[in-house]
Amino acid sequence: MTTLLELDRVGARYGPVQALHDVSLTVREGEVVAVLGANGAGKTTTLRAISGTVSRSGTIELEGKATKGGPEAAAKSGIAHVPEGRGTFVDLTVVENLKLGAYTRRDRSVKADITRIAEYFPWITERGGQRAGTLSGGEQQMLALGRALMSRPRLLLLDEPSLGLAPMIVREFFRIVRELNEKEGLTVLVVEQDARIALKASKRAYVLEVGRVALTGSSEELRSDESIRKSYLGY
Amino acid sequence: MVVAAFSDFMQQIVSGLASGGVYALLALALVIIHRSTGVINFAQGEMATLSTYIAWTLTVNHGWSYWPAFVATLAISFGGGVGIHRVVIRPVERGSVLRIVIVTIGLLVAINGFVIWQWGGEPQQLQSPFGTDTYTVGGVVVAAHDVGTIAVALGIVFLLWLLFQFTKVGLAIRAAAVNPEEARLVGVRVTWMLALGWGLAATLGAVAGMLTAPTVGLDPQMMQAVLIYAFAAAILGGIDSPIGAVVGGLLLGVLLNMLSYLSQYGVFDWFSEELRLPAALLIILVVLLVKPTGIFGRPEVKRV
Amino acid sequence: MTPRQTRIIGFVAFAAFVVVIAVLPSFISDFKARDYSYVGIYLIALLGLNILTGYTGQISLGHGAFMAIGGYTTAILMAGNEEFGGPLTGGMKDVWTLPIAGLVAGLFGLAFGIPALRLSGLYLALATFAIAVAMPSTVKRFEEFTGGGSGIQLFGTPELTGSIANVKIFGWSLTPNDWMYYLAWSIALVAFAVAWLILRGRTGRAFRAVRDSETAAVSSGVSLARYKTLAFGISAAYAGVAGGLFGIASAFVNPDAFPVALSIYLLVGIVVGGLGGLSGLVFGAIFITFLPLWAQGQDLGSLLPNRIIEETQKPGGPAIVYGVVLILLMFVIPNGVGGLFRRIGQLISSRRYSRSK
Repeated sequence: MTTLLELDRVGARYGPVQALHDVSLTVREGEVVAVLGANGAGKTTTLRAISGTVSRSGTIELEGKATKGGPEAAAKSGIAHVPEGRGTFVDLTVVENLKLGAYTRRDRSVKADITRIAEYFPWITERGGQRAGTLSGGEQQMLALGRALMSRPRLLLLDEPSLGLAPMIVREFFRIVRELNEKEGLTVLVVEQDARIALKASKRAYVLEVGRVALTGSSEELRSDESIRKSYLGY
Repeated sequence: MVVAAFSDFMQQIVSGLASGGVYALLALALVIIHRSTGVINFAQGEMATLSTYIAWTLTVNHGWSYWPAFVATLAISFGGGVGIHRVVIRPVERGSVLRIVIVTIGLLVAINGFVIWQWGGEPQQLQSPFGTDTYTVGGVVVAAHDVGTIAVALGIVFLLWLLFQFTKVGLAIRAAAVNPEEARLVGVRVTWMLALGWGLAATLGAVAGMLTAPTVGLDPQMMQAVLIYAFAAAILGGIDSPIGAVVGGLLLGVLLNMLSYLSQYGVFDWFSEELRLPAALLIILVVLLVKPTGIFGRPEVKRV
Repeated sequence: MTPRQTRIIGFVAFAAFVVVIAVLPSFISDFKARDYSYVGIYLIALLGLNILTGYTGQISLGHGAFMAIGGYTTAILMAGNEEFGGPLTGGMKDVWTLPIAGLVAGLFGLAFGIPALRLSGLYLALATFAIAVAMPSTVKRFEEFTGGGSGIQLFGTPELTGSIANVKIFGWSLTPNDWMYYLAWSIALVAFAVAWLILRGRTGRAFRAVRDSETAAVSSGVSLARYKTLAFGISAAYAGVAGGLFGIASAFVNPDAFPVALSIYLLVGIVVGGLGGLSGLVFGAIFITFLPLWAQGQDLGSLLPNRIIEETQKPGGPAIVYGVVLILLMFVIPNGVGGLFRRIGQLISSRRYSRSK
């Protein structure tokens, strides 16, 4: 499997505060990789560094090419970032949200893709004209995922999708993510507080601690090792 | 007597809609800018005046015929709006409210000064493309210019609606206004979208100015009162609601005319011409105090 | 630098400032003294506006209206009016009208401060802008009190000190312009002292709490309503006194003496001067008094090459300069002159710290 994303000694700052010190990780094509860790460990910042939302140092390469510029450039090069809190355009309709996902695309199959995505989220067809702000939290999360898929991304970044959602909905969400990964070969990098569900859905995982990678391994290993779970993952 | 009163009444409604149409256009410009960049552009009126002078100088000093000059003015105004946003507004957009207010006031003063400096303070004449004819419809006398104004105002609003609802660019501008961070993540170049918003607003102002000049005469202070009416309309309709701006504008135009009309017949007879402006201001104050988000606005939730 | 050292430097600077003010008229032409009295008058208004905007964070584009209230109160008390009976039918000496002008304006300020609580930021700016625009028309409407469009003439009336002859005070003879200068500046210094006292006390702390975080202030028990309204009242009172002086200095009041531009100038003054300390506000007052003149090529402006002066002296030219300068200032010194001074001060004191290691 080829390497899709490579981070080498990446650092990131918010003004004077150094949030990431020295993060190195790889994501291979077709994988689901999880990034875990406590609050403030730098998980969200890692995703922001990849999508160019925060100023960063070190090397970040997508398919061997260094990423440059801000989020707009990242979107163009095929990175779809679903931020914390979902980031739905609340004043716009469901369909408009999806159309925006396809903003960087120039081809004519956008409408067809909406239909395709509706297969994963059937309620989209009935409620296409509804204002996105009136959807439930879970529906907004699904919509955010759908929007990300509309860009036919090379890499999907998910930031804490379980935040504020009921366990049943979270399970459903990750089930869909796994289906997308298995059926369509979608490469996913997911940041999660809920280590348990993230490890079930992913193949490999990195655990961050104060801006550095503390631990990495296959999700299977991390899950079965009780001492690791207790000290790093909190369960 | 009743018939005369009725036709008077209808006339006032029509001319109220016409002046209201102008207020609506300028109010829409203010709303677009506020919604996308969070700025209240105190210089909107002066920008419109400048555009109108450009149209005037093209037709009078350079011999262009009206409609080509009209289109050229719109294009120039659009470019000017984009330019102003990129050069003057963008650097201070994120700063304190006070700073932005002073910058737009600086623009107001500078543009007003430029107009006087370049073309002098004497009133000029800009012909109406609709001529000075009047039509009589069912006993009611209406000016061709008023009808034309209403048609153009509603037409432009319609075109704008089409742009925002059905085009990719329109969607991008709306997204950038609603949620700029998110919009960047899907690839929208937010800064350019906001600049486009300013360009559109400047274009709307240009139309408003060109529709106003034939009736009140073209001079550097032409749009100052109109700006206040536009503020009143925008606040009335909801400072972030485009529909509100249009409805607010038309409503205000008709309302003010109604007050004048009724004062002739003894009702509200304290209402003189010079109270038009304070009346609009009173509306601003009342709306801001009773329901600051206006008719079509959604109440803001303050996050603690 | 220890706080004590800072305070001592502050006192010394202030004392030096007072000395400069006291002797300035001896060094400048009589006519120039007039301009400088306007600086003092604007400073009073700016001190008040600074309390409102710099300390409680409320933006007002309408303080010219409060100046108008003060100005008209002064004029009516001096020139008299049949509507009011008794001691108010004119004849009050100009100086004694000033506290009343301040009081009346202050009451209007308090009254406006209450509904203003419901507005914030840009909305408040818009509402106060509306008031400033409405003031001239409203004044004209109430002709019986205000003399309508032609206003009230004070020139040559006995109530106006110095209008007829030189003023004799403490054995010195002052020209009318010098008298105006000293009157304006004495009041300005008193106004500053009062502001300083208010701000260093509990009230000042409450004001600052409101500005920095309204929600935090409320949760610490500071009554938002009381302090925000109070700030409006105080700032309006200051503007009223300034307005009264304005009327006295110009020797007349009419609706056009207090146009919208005045309210805008005041806001410009505190922003350019920089919210906060006195030194910045003095600069702000100088800016709004003199920039229109410089833009026309006078004084400082005459340092520019002739060709430029020619162009800027055409009508509209000064306005272009004014607007552009304003915009550039907002780019370069967003926190005003006062902010610039503070930064320099910080740079100096931090360097001292690192050296003393």
